[in-house]
Amino acid sequence: MTFIAKPKIVHKGLSRNALGLTIRDYEGGMSTLCAGCGHDSVTSAIVQAFFELDIPPNQVAKLSGIGCSSKTPAYFLDASHGFNAVHGRMPSIATGASAANRKLYLIGVSGDGDSLSIGLGQFSHALRRNLDMLYIIENNGVYGLTKGQFSASADVGTKAKKGEVNEQQPIDPVQMAMAQGGTFVARSFSGDKDQLVPMIKAGIRHKGFGLIDVLSPCVTFNDHEDSTKSYAYTRRFFHPAVHADFVPPAEEIRTAYDDGEAMPVEMHDGSRIVLRKVSDQYNVHNRGAALDFIRSHHRRGEIITGLLYIDEAEPDMHGISRTPDAPLAQVPFEELCPGSQAMAGLQERFR
Amino acid sequence: MSAKSRINASRANDFVIRLANVNGTGSASANGLLMKTIFRMGVPVMGKNFFPSNIQGLPTWYEIRVTRDHHLARSGEIDIMVAMNAETYQQDLKSLSPGGVFLYDSTWPRHSVVNRQDVTILGVPLAKMCNEHFTNARARILMKNMAYVGALASLLELDREIIEDAVHRTFASKQPLLQANMDAIELGANYASEHFDCPLPTRVEPMNETAGKIMIDGNTASALGCLFAGATVGAWYPITPSTSLMDAFKSFCERYRVDRDTGTRNYCIVQAEDELAAIGIVLGATWNGARAFTPTSGPGLSLMSEFIGYAYFAELPAVLFDVQRVGPSTGMPTRTQQADILSAAYASHGDTRHVLLFPANPNECFELSVEAFDLADRLQTPVIVLLDLDIGMNDWMCDDLEWDDSYRPDRGKVLGADELESIESFYRYLDVDGDGIPYRTYPGVGRKGAYFVRGSGHNKYGGYTEDADEYQEVVDRLVRKWETAATLVPAPVVQRRKSAEWGIVSVGSCDYAVAEAVEVLARRGIHLSYMRVKAFPFSEAVTEFLHQHKRIFVVEQNRDAQLKSLLTLETDYPKERMESILHYSGLPIDRRCVVEAIEASVARGEAA
Ligand SMILES: Cc1ncc(C[n+]2csc(CCOP(=O)(O)OP(=O)(O)O)c2C)c(N)n1
Ligand code: SF4
Ligand SMILES: [Mg+2]
Repeated sequence: MTFIAKPKIVHKGLSRNALGLTIRDYEGGMSTLCAGCGHDSVTSAIVQAFFELDIPPNQVAKLSGIGCSSKTPAYFLDASHGFNAVHGRMPSIATGASAANRKLYLIGVSGDGDSLSIGLGQFSHALRRNLDMLYIIENNGVYGLTKGQFSASADVGTKAKKGEVNEQQPIDPVQMAMAQGGTFVARSFSGDKDQLVPMIKAGIRHKGFGLIDVLSPCVTFNDHEDSTKSYAYTRRFFHPAVHADFVPPAEEIRTAYDDGEAMPVEMHDGSRIVLRKVSDQYNVHNRGAALDFIRSHHRRGEIITGLLYIDEAEPDMHGISRTPDAPLAQVPFEELCPGSQAMAGLQERFR
Repeated sequence: MSAKSRINASRANDFVIRLANVNGTGSASANGLLMKTIFRMGVPVMGKNFFPSNIQGLPTWYEIRVTRDHHLARSGEIDIMVAMNAETYQQDLKSLSPGGVFLYDSTWPRHSVVNRQDVTILGVPLAKMCNEHFTNARARILMKNMAYVGALASLLELDREIIEDAVHRTFASKQPLLQANMDAIELGANYASEHFDCPLPTRVEPMNETAGKIMIDGNTASALGCLFAGATVGAWYPITPSTSLMDAFKSFCERYRVDRDTGTRNYCIVQAEDELAAIGIVLGATWNGARAFTPTSGPGLSLMSEFIGYAYFAELPAVLFDVQRVGPSTGMPTRTQQADILSAAYASHGDTRHVLLFPANPNECFELSVEAFDLADRLQTPVIVLLDLDIGMNDWMCDDLEWDDSYRPDRGKVLGADELESIESFYRYLDVDGDGIPYRTYPGVGRKGAYFVRGSGHNKYGGYTEDADEYQEVVDRLVRKWETAATLVPAPVVQRRKSAEWGIVSVGSCDYAVAEAVEVLARRGIHLSYMRVKAFPFSEAVTEFLHQHKRIFVVEQNRDAQLKSLLTLETDYPKERMESILHYSGLPIDRRCVVEAIEASVARGEAA
């Protein structure tokens, strides 16, 4: 672990995005997580995704709760404002942030403890509001920061490092979000950057609550044999159901997909996600069937990954609240205050 | 029977009526009508509702004080009892002051119950009259209320035109109801004038003392403050007695903040999943430059504590309204108390202290809620406006609310893109000006202004730290900010009596009771100065007042003398010289309890 700042050396050969920025411009401070922690891989996928999307870092606000996973916003996008909330309460901060400034891209990073135990209520209600943000759960089945207790996502039968076996049913954020009306539900693995980067890009562009549950092994407390959240276990039972490619607005869909397999989904800003089914039984637009598919595979111990459900039509929190396009925080005071005449007129009501 | 003979003759426009009802029977609108009528006759009036935490079937009381001298607190006396709830007859009769009038529904005579010799018993067969006159079952119940309004109209000589005008306004669109209400009033009025010697000495004579006055509750006035201060984000979780604040804000927003052409709304109200989320939403919004607030009550404040401490340490503005109710725990949700003073002042773990504002009437609810937003932005910290159920939910007579169009919000020390351009570097927690208040930026402003908001240890540059000196430097600077806060908060309201050696200190809704007690005591030769604190931290003027007096009575509405504790902790005035007068029954404080406590103290020789 080191606290020495990473020198920002721009190599000549580094490619630049449409804004003329290099990937370095999307990085953050040096990680202080354990070497090999899955969370660091997610961080680098986030950096990659924002770089490739050509989003100016100042148009992003990054948020988190408390936990090892929640530390990671300090390790990406250091030109963006950040908010490290209290444990389990990041969704409410994000709700207020969006209410005040809907123009920002909000990205939240949380853990399975942060979102599925102490923060289950807030997580669930952000989903219900269809809050316009990308919400990543870095899921490792344990509380990393408090040294390895089981979290609510621990599978039945999984063994803790010290030998204890979990017998309680897991809470699966993906199944929860599917059942609860989530509009963008995805699962990935920190070790599969090819799957993760386009998924993050699509999640950022999605208008509404984009959930990505990322299996992100904790090398220190939950990467041993008999753990169902280890690298080895995840690699073995990881089943992509759908491949997603993200295509920005101006670009043609160039790759040739077999007819019937490729399904372009139009996003609000004109960009598209091209989905390719791996399993032909899978339908990303049918909530019930998709949920059944995930459940039945889960029973067999298989982890279904990919962009599992998407619905671009549901209104987000702002659509429901009928707020203006401009951020509420920037509405001039003169338009907010009714003024002395209105006040005088109001008095009659109280006599 | 002559009612007149039993009552002291000089009581016109100076008496108290209490109406004992069953909740859910439609009495609230009848009682409101009575009070409004007196107000519209130009006579100062106070109305207080003592209602149960229940929707239907439990006892509820409404107390109206007719007060030509503008004494807007409860007096502690009851001169007329309108007893409409047989279950509470006994208790209601007992609480009537000697010489008082007990009016009850004599459809079922209760000679054994109503057996006090020192009061006048007036029986009006309300149910009988209504059953004979109305056919509809619901009307028979509802119209009993209007019938007693009619009886009181005769007994108190209320202006029938004003009553009828009010009924017309209410039922303009419902003709059959209008007629029924008018008939019921007539029934009661005729019965009373035929059977009793009307009017009573305790009657209402028209005055001209309510011009330029309104009747408004503190929650509505606070909501107007939020509207006029430019708040755009409101987050809440419903809880009595704060709910009507957000209800009012919403209805004002619907009227003043909706674009007529597009239907877009310049506000965002989020009914959150709980209070932990409500305060989080406020902080997320203020972090992004909106003015945001949350109304709540004690249980909600407890839940918000973790985030309140966060906002103190990470230095985010937030405006909270705690409309206090009776605790501890769920307590008595529809009864009033001032028992969150300490938990608000020091909410959250660790060394934290919060700015509190204490409005004492609806005018101050309005003004202080605007000021709360300015202070929160200026000081970058939570500001908690402490109302209580009495101010929040009861209609109080007060001056018209006025607005000064030259007002502009004080958004405090915020650096925009241009200002950032002109400085070499930006660090979030540097004390550039020496007043303990750092500069902040809003998200979106660009790389130079970017920083990480965190509740974990941070140094003055905003970086994460666990270094002892760096940590202490930041929390010591927060003490300097606290000292600055003491110079910015509103000064106490002080009424000095020449050569008074004793002082009274009080807060919020105790004000009218204490002010009247001070007058009464002065007439009896006991002279006291009076200071009402309006804010915490205590400004120098507060300490100065204390030291100018040998002995201080602290009047407040809680069991544990919380304001006195705060004065003990936060000033250097010796606590042995402070004596508490506490009222914490859940009913609003009255003048009598203050007078009696001070007289008793004087008699014991303690205050002399
Ligand atoms: C109110 C509160 N309770 C407990 C804690 C202690 N705590 C810190 S992190 C954490 C669990 C984090 O687990 P998870 O979200 O899964 O993150 P990970 O470290 O596994 O990435 C707990 C219980 C806290 N910070 N706040
Ligand atoms: S304890 Fe686990 S989760 Fe935390 S940093 Fe180490 S490996 Fe990652
Ligand atoms: Mg975890």
